[in-house]
Amino acid sequence: MQRPPAKRRAIHPWPLRLTHWLNALAIVMMIGSGWQIYDASPLFGFTFPPLFTIGGWLGAAIAWHLAFMWLLVVNGILYFGWAGASGHFKKFFPLTPRAVLRDLRAAFSFNLRHQAGVYNAVQKLLYLGVLLAGVVIVISGLAIWKPVQLWFFADLLGGYVTARYVHFFAMAAIAGFLIIHIALVILVPKSLPPMITGGRLEP
Amino acid sequence: MSRINRRSILFRALALGAVSTLPACDYEDPNHPDLADKFLHAMSAWNDRVQQALFDPNTLAPTFRPDQITNPPRFNAFYDISEAPVVDPASYQLALGGQIQDKTPWSLAAINALPQTSQITRLICVEGWRVIGQWGGVPLGDFLRRVGADLTCKYVSFQCADGYYSSIDMPSALHPQTILATSFLGAPLTPPFGAPIRLRIPTKLGFKNPKSVTQIAVTNIYPGGYWEDQGYNWFSGS
Repeated sequence: MQRPPAKRRAIHPWPLRLTHWLNALAIVMMIGSGWQIYDASPLFGFTFPPLFTIGGWLGAAIAWHLAFMWLLVVNGILYFGWAGASGHFKKFFPLTPRAVLRDLRAAFSFNLRHQAGVYNAVQKLLYLGVLLAGVVIVISGLAIWKPVQLWFFADLLGGYVTARYVHFFAMAAIAGFLIIHIALVILVPKSLPPMITGGRLEP
Repeated sequence: MSRINRRSILFRALALGAVSTLPACDYEDPNHPDLADKFLHAMSAWNDRVQQALFDPNTLAPTFRPDQITNPPRFNAFYDISEAPVVDPASYQLALGGQIQDKTPWSLAAINALPQTSQITRLICVEGWRVIGQWGGVPLGDFLRRVGADLTCKYVSFQCADGYYSSIDMPSALHPQTILATSFLGAPLTPPFGAPIRLRIPTKLGFKNPKSVTQIAVTNIYPGGYWEDQGYNWFSGS
């Protein structure tokens, strides 16, 4: 941001947009098939209604889950690689609890201005949180898939049984994020087109 | 579910927000795979290769203390416990087939006379739950060497008294914890748990542990399995 750019920069660079939408597809497929798998042996006193599950039966759900896990992981690696190399992560910092409280208060009184290309403190916290949940869901998923060969992931999470709970709560965190994320897009519709076209920041 | 509903399910999957229409894809007719089925089969074959590469013959499945054993044990099969096959242990014969030099059938007494091993390991069901049990028997690798099996073959297949069948890869068959189990929880196997002989392989999911085995064959021709042929991943390693 120090040097004036030669031309107007995109709000969302193309690698971010590409990985965002590939991730959206992967997450929908993983959660839908994951709910079907959960229903075969529920951890809690409820199951997910068939309307919201993918696969129709356990065998197909596992097949979808273990197919789209590759999209989730490969796309995630591409995102983290790009974000690390391009300095994208700098947009998440600085982040202080005080700023989060301030922006949260502003948001609930509908006084938080949407500034294209800049993350407010609540956005920073939510994005960092969902990225962390993404890492946790992959590690716990590997611990469930391969508790013998990838025993270190299972050990890290306290064993196979605990890993299933960790996997579930990481899913719940991502699902919770999605509800807020989509609700905010509905509240601030102008934030959607730049995620498709890239948009242009005023110089 | 009609074929028309199942067709082009992948394209519907690609349409975000079409989640509610997705239950139509059910992998239900292996003889007439649609586009989604072909995609899933290809990914499952890829996952087989990944798991074969990931498999380390020296990595042991975790073992547990006697007080961690699941009691009472949990029965699971594709039929009710009352329908479990009852095999007469006196007349039982284990048949051998495929690339094996000495195909003389084995009686239960002859198998019990071989050097035995015991393990307290965890059985993880493809559904997600797990139980811990104690199994005793003969290491499958020892048995295959004794009967002169061609250990360069790709597959070891199992036929069962209940019509079930399954198959495993040779490296997993030779893993030290892969055993032809004849005992469970310190007593001879009972019919619901696979009497008189079952495969116990703690490096794979529960459905790869066929019960009441009546034939073992060594082959290079992919043998499939009861659940595998319906869409479950073949390797299904842990």
